[in-house]
Amino acid sequence: MTDYALPRISANRPRPPFWRRSLHGSELAWAVAFVVPYLAVFATFVLYPMGYGLWMGGDPALYAELADDPNYWKALVNTLVFVGVAVNVKMLAALLLSGFFMRKRRWIKVLLVIYILPWTLPAVPAYVSFHWMFVSQEGLLDVLLQAVFGIDGPLWFNSHWLALACNMASYVWKWMPLWTLILLAGRMAIPEELYDAAKVDGAGPPALFFRITVPLLANLYLISTLISTIWTVSDFTVTQFVSDGGPAQSTYVLATLGISYALDLARPYLGVAAGLSILPVMIPIVILLMRKLRNSEVQL
Amino acid sequence: MSIAAAPGRAARPGRRPNYRLRKVLVEIGSVLLGLVILVWSLIPAYNMLFIALDPNGYDESAGVLWPGHATLDAFIGLWTGEVDDVEYFWQQFGNSAYIGLIVMVLTVLIGSFASFAVSRLRLAREWMLNDIALLTYVIPSSTLVIPFYRIMNQYGLMDNPWAVIGCEVAFATPYAILVLQHAGKLIPIELDDAARIDGASAWQVYLKIYVPLMAPALAAIGTYALLFAWNDYLYQYLFLTSTHHATLAVGLEQIFDDDDSPYNYMMAMSVVYSIPPIAIFYALRRYMASGLTRGGVKG
Repeated sequence: MTDYALPRISANRPRPPFWRRSLHGSELAWAVAFVVPYLAVFATFVLYPMGYGLWMGGDPALYAELADDPNYWKALVNTLVFVGVAVNVKMLAALLLSGFFMRKRRWIKVLLVIYILPWTLPAVPAYVSFHWMFVSQEGLLDVLLQAVFGIDGPLWFNSHWLALACNMASYVWKWMPLWTLILLAGRMAIPEELYDAAKVDGAGPPALFFRITVPLLANLYLISTLISTIWTVSDFTVTQFVSDGGPAQSTYVLATLGISYALDLARPYLGVAAGLSILPVMIPIVILLMRKLRNSEVQL
Repeated sequence: MSIAAAPGRAARPGRRPNYRLRKVLVEIGSVLLGLVILVWSLIPAYNMLFIALDPNGYDESAGVLWPGHATLDAFIGLWTGEVDDVEYFWQQFGNSAYIGLIVMVLTVLIGSFASFAVSRLRLAREWMLNDIALLTYVIPSSTLVIPFYRIMNQYGLMDNPWAVIGCEVAFATPYAILVLQHAGKLIPIELDDAARIDGASAWQVYLKIYVPLMAPALAAIGTYALLFAWNDYLYQYLFLTSTHHATLAVGLEQIFDDDDSPYNYMMAMSVVYSIPPIAIFYALRRYMASGLTRGGVKG
């Protein structure tokens, strides 16, 4: 067979850039019609509010006022601790648990179905349930601690760090299943032959994990962590409902502080400024995400 | 196969491991881990149910693991709507369902249209759409809600479910686009070309080739969007100000804030609130599962 008899079949063959391509007439009309709904939503519900928000938070005096407010610094530290600890603990646990759920046992398949439950449970009732477990003196959690370990639970919302830890635990509970599923799908996409070949060469489980799973999942893991970080920075619900900001609003994160400025103090401009002050963290994350998604093939 | 279940227990290479002992230890370890996962996953849901079944709603816990006289009173009260704090329950339920289902449908439609136009009709480079979608994430949505509050007045959408629907679709679609852009790469573009040669229009390609082959990804996106809308509290609380338009998230918050409210009704409300997303997720799971395993073909 000669070469010309076999046209190259590839889903990813290079395509000419749009300005040099002959997309015209009804083709162009169709393509534009398909993309217009999203662009309309983007313009009305993303671009315009963003411009409006940047205008609202544009006054430098607002940031000087934030810098003088100890509550702001507390909320900033809380946000960074929350994101830094909770997101990474959640992703690491999800990575390890996705390996557990790869095991081919019937009961593990059933367990996976139960394990997904927190993700499908709506946030407000789930966090309200957490709130009552933590806050009440003889709640389910304290009863369990007494029954299993024979200890009395602490006053969960009495100390700042313990209350923050409660918020983080509830958050990990809620969101770990989603990322476990995504990393599980990533693991399933790794061909089993790679593991078989390595095992023939005498590789033990640690070598299989660190030499095959980790490098092949690295991109997906990084992209997932970045997306999760973005979503977590804007998470208002967990702090509002689990600790309710307590004790004495010391567990507020920027998301709840901004809303508190806007509603409780009737200072919407200050609230926007508090939220925008995290942009030095958000912009590099989004740029990194754009570059990663452009260059790598991952299954989300 | 116990790749990651218990890496620490593996025998060092070069030594003859005691395979049987190792197998037993791995089994015991995975059963223990399974038990921990089971308790961890179920406790808050159990707590909800446990308080909902407690006959005395004001004394939410008495240091026990199961209410002494479990009753369905709270659920019956919810059903008939005769209790003060829950008289709008079914209206709120309807509002939540309305918003959730429309967000689900619109996110799937708008996201798949955009992804189809860019990656299948070759309107632009794929990264362009990805980057536009990711721009949405630059300013946290909990901050954007403040300018939105004023903009909704300009748009004339204050106290209108469509204000919430618009925002939720705008925030759910970027992730939908990222997932669809990737899933679309697994379907050869030659299928589209073949249909085109046979005279199919762009719309027919979308309907007859793209949608059926992308069904798993679309089901996953739909579930994601529904849960996104069902999880949201902030936008619904700020934009839906009247009793008539309030959703379950808002109604639950009102009971939560009111110190005199009976806890068992609050938790019964939470249980019923949680049923639709759970039901839809487990109904669509079959489609999503085939999407998950399909990745293995790619290699």
